[in-house]
Amino acid sequence: MPVCNHGQDGHATCERVITPNSPRLTAGYSRANVHDYMSESAPVPGFSVPAFSVQESSIVDSPRHSAVVRVTHWITTLSFIGLLVSGTAILLVQPNLYWGETGNFITPSIMDLPFPYVSRGQSGWGRHLHFLCAWISILTGLVYVVYGLFTRHFTRNLLPSRGDFSWSSIAQKASIRLWPERSLKDESAYNAVQRMTYMGVIFVLFPFMIWTGFAMSLGLTAVFPWMVNILGGHQSARTLHFCGTVLLVAFLVVHIAMVCLAGFLNRVGGMITGRVGARKEPL
Amino acid sequence: MSRKISRRKMITSGLAAAAGVAGLGVADYLAHRYGLIPPDAEGFYGPSNTITYAAQRILQMHHPLARQFDRSQITQGVIPVKGQVPQSAVYRQLLRCNFADWSLNVDGMVARPQSFSLAELKTFPAQNQVTLHACEQGWSFIAEWTGVQLSHILNLVGISQRAKYVAIFSFDKVWDTMDMFDAWHPQTLIAYGMNGNELPAPHGAPVRMRVGRQVGYKNVKFLTHLIVTDNAKQYGKGLGGKAPEGGWAWYGGI
Repeated sequence: MPVCNHGQDGHATCERVITPNSPRLTAGYSRANVHDYMSESAPVPGFSVPAFSVQESSIVDSPRHSAVVRVTHWITTLSFIGLLVSGTAILLVQPNLYWGETGNFITPSIMDLPFPYVSRGQSGWGRHLHFLCAWISILTGLVYVVYGLFTRHFTRNLLPSRGDFSWSSIAQKASIRLWPERSLKDESAYNAVQRMTYMGVIFVLFPFMIWTGFAMSLGLTAVFPWMVNILGGHQSARTLHFCGTVLLVAFLVVHIAMVCLAGFLNRVGGMITGRVGARKEPL
Repeated sequence: MSRKISRRKMITSGLAAAAGVAGLGVADYLAHRYGLIPPDAEGFYGPSNTITYAAQRILQMHHPLARQFDRSQITQGVIPVKGQVPQSAVYRQLLRCNFADWSLNVDGMVARPQSFSLAELKTFPAQNQVTLHACEQGWSFIAEWTGVQLSHILNLVGISQRAKYVAIFSFDKVWDTMDMFDAWHPQTLIAYGMNGNELPAPHGAPVRMRVGRQVGYKNVKFLTHLIVTDNAKQYGKGLGGKAPEGGWAWYGGI
């Protein structure tokens, strides 16, 4: 499988080059193999070893994240911030959580959130902004999921492979932790925990937020009463919507922490331009 | 690094863009044709509020009922509400006399404009509904409401085929407009009773609107006057209600 490597000196050379960042590499080989191969320090038979050496800088022409992933990521980021801010504004009007159908000043709450400030005034802008951002994130999410299914983005990049759970894989991960100098830093693939987290956020948490949000809409629950009934009621849906927010914010914190640990500018740059910069120093 | 745009990519993107523009055009035409544009469709939040309104009205095309509950689920106790009882001398006087001199005027694009006294409203077929009242602030309660269907009143006065909205006016300067989709809905009540009693003043005595598929502020209290109209924008600032003028959405199904 020849890979076009546009070298830094400007002239393009076609040769068998395999770089750890090249997703094209993954196309022809099974995921588990690529994974094992990329996290091993020993040369693998069948591949030219010198080309894999990370001594050379490895600018690769194929992006780390595709354009659709990058655009939808940042639109989702903006709309999520909008949802968080506006959701807080809505919550500040009644920072009490209830269970069941009804909840008000004369019924017992299950939790009173310790906000230092309770807003009794204008909440209209919060609702306006919340529903605007909700529509943007739902439509963006739809584009992303349809794209991901068509291009096998989920199965290739985010679904943990069976190999990830094998003893040898786990032992190998542990050995990398213990002797980091032996490993090649694997930047193009996520590990099993990361993969499962992303899959959970995309296919469980986001749909859960949409569902619990819909379950609070009187117009929608008239059409789909089961939507709110199986959650336990209007106020239960509201409480669960809040719990989902807490999980999403927890994900956001860990996500940003991981980006910082992996090199903030490099990773954020990768999500903006699609490219990961050349390594300054050899590993 | 040269990055060429392939011909295939260009054609696909071109077709997608053309389809998008055509789709928007068709959507705009259908939205106007079927009345899926709310009166407050302009402004920064107009597009998203319009999509919400249109999407919900399409999903509701078979006119489903708002969820109804068992009488045992009715919230017990004195339920606090948003808003004050009107302080005007006229309202206080009517309240003192149990609204004996009050009447609800119904006119506009109708064949027979009429005034209905409270006693008269109570002679019409009554509906009891145990439904959830949810405020946009986040609180909710379940109550049993008794009243006459708005559709019954509309049939009595005979509305024009061109009518699109019912404008609703009240004692506390709150006003609103309701589309015919909700006006004809069987659960839309002019409610004069709550939990088996007369409607308490804080809940909107003598009568209030009950719109089970929309949030609290669409259930206008202290009614005085209904005007059947084809133009929701001719009142106030042209946003179709007091709530949109105060920063909330005209459509409250969400």
